[in-house]
Amino acid sequence: MTGPDTGPVTIPADELPFDPSLPWQKSPSVALRPEPFGALVYHFGNRKLSFLKSQPLVAVVKALGEHPDVPSTLRACDVPEAQHPAYVTALATLSRSQMITRRDPS
Amino acid sequence: MTAVLPTRAPTQRPTGGKLIDQFEYGLDAPICLTWELTYACNLACAHCLSSSGRRDPRELSTAEAEAVIDELQRMQVFYVNVGGGEPTVRPDFWHLLDYAIGHDVGVKFSTNGVKLNKARAAQLARTDYVDVQISLDGATAAVNDRVRGVGSYATAITALENLAEAGMKDFKVSVVVTRENAGQLDAFKALTDSFGAQLRITRLRPSGRGADVWDELHPTMAQQKDLYQWLLANGDGVLTGDSFFHLSAFGEALPGLNLCGAGRVVCLIDPVGDVYACPFAIHENFLAGNVRSPGGFQTVWQQSELFADLRNPQTGGACTKCQHFDSCRGGCMAAKFFTGLPLDGPDPECVQGYGESALAARDLELVTPKSHIDHSHKGPVRGQPTLLGMPAIPPAKICDESPLAGLDLR
Repeated sequence: MTGPDTGPVTIPADELPFDPSLPWQKSPSVALRPEPFGALVYHFGNRKLSFLKSQPLVAVVKALGEHPDVPSTLRACDVPEAQHPAYVTALATLSRSQMITRRDPS
Repeated sequence: MTAVLPTRAPTQRPTGGKLIDQFEYGLDAPICLTWELTYACNLACAHCLSSSGRRDPRELSTAEAEAVIDELQRMQVFYVNVGGGEPTVRPDFWHLLDYAIGHDVGVKFSTNGVKLNKARAAQLARTDYVDVQISLDGATAAVNDRVRGVGSYATAITALENLAEAGMKDFKVSVVVTRENAGQLDAFKALTDSFGAQLRITRLRPSGRGADVWDELHPTMAQQKDLYQWLLANGDGVLTGDSFFHLSAFGEALPGLNLCGAGRVVCLIDPVGDVYACPFAIHENFLAGNVRSPGGFQTVWQQSELFADLRNPQTGGACTKCQHFDSCRGGCMAAKFFTGLPLDGPDPECVQGYGESALAARDLELVTPKSHIDHSHKGPVRGQPTLLGMPAIPPAKICDESPLAGLDLR
């Protein structure tokens, strides 16, 4: 079959390490398409396609823009403390492909 | 539709786990889909997967095509692979391209390059959200033109030159790997690099007219092994449409999705609006519905019985007992179907050799399934491929053969 070109996401060399203490948001160029297991993530700018593998992660990505940092977002979404590191790792991956971007503190 | 699929007991979608396991249960909308805009084509490639040539009078009108795009936008299908036939020979092709882009549906289109003059190349270079793939099945004119037709190499190269000159970024050279060009992978890479383009290689399927030449053109086992090694070494810089996942059974998994996505994450809309499980399965057994029916494409995708059947993991059949099943998941459904092999058995090109024995064990009386959909040119075509021998066209006048033919010079 002709499948999607779901090759590895390239990381810009000048990428800063992910800092969860800063305010983040779902990139304005990104659309989330609901799927039974989570969501398909599409970036209209760099045309990268990715997937969020769980509904709680979808909720976190959507809520990022309403909270001052990652830990407060996770708490607001009722993510158990023990799972926070896994979520930070997932968000760091999304930041590398620019699916989530830094937000100016408001 | 007659049931051709081995019975798969419906099972419950798992929670969590690997993405590939989720994909087996299908998505609410395709990740991307292939949309063939017309069966018309200026060429007559020996291995054409859709047996294209002549336009079908029932092809979707401009308004109907726009309605499909509107629906894809609503379903959040973010890009389509447009092909044919030769899509650019549709007079409304450029309009539909703009219409799709204006509705958040990105377009990647495949062409033999026939319409990509300098002006069109400049237009494409100015357009965001469009990708172009120029088909080329030989790194040299001799190899390419044998299957695609005399002059088709020159047409493709001119198109590539025009795109490069116009400053087009990230255009692709799209190659179907055959027994005749499998040794040219490095040459393809060099040619592609010389235009600043990206190489895309895909697998030859016994679909459409490809069924007629598959025995002669599909890569040998030794070539498959070399291809696998080449992909492991060069895979990051080369697109494959994830079409070589059957090679993963050699050992290490190839990058991308190692799964048949037919009806699960991809499908085909053909020029008359028929929806098939995949671009390589234009056969009534894989027909899920038509976009013109009530509910349109969304209803076909979400409610067709065929697709529901495909959205279950394979649990039975010889392959599930093989230690490599997790790597290749049984290979390509279309390749099995059109070579007359059972769909829950090995791929005809199974790299563990089970395909060869399955092919050898076929009933001598077996007639391989043939699609009744055939738009091949009926008459001679300029520059016809020479793979199947020179076309037998009787000369219209005796001197067409030779200016001296029939002249008695004594």
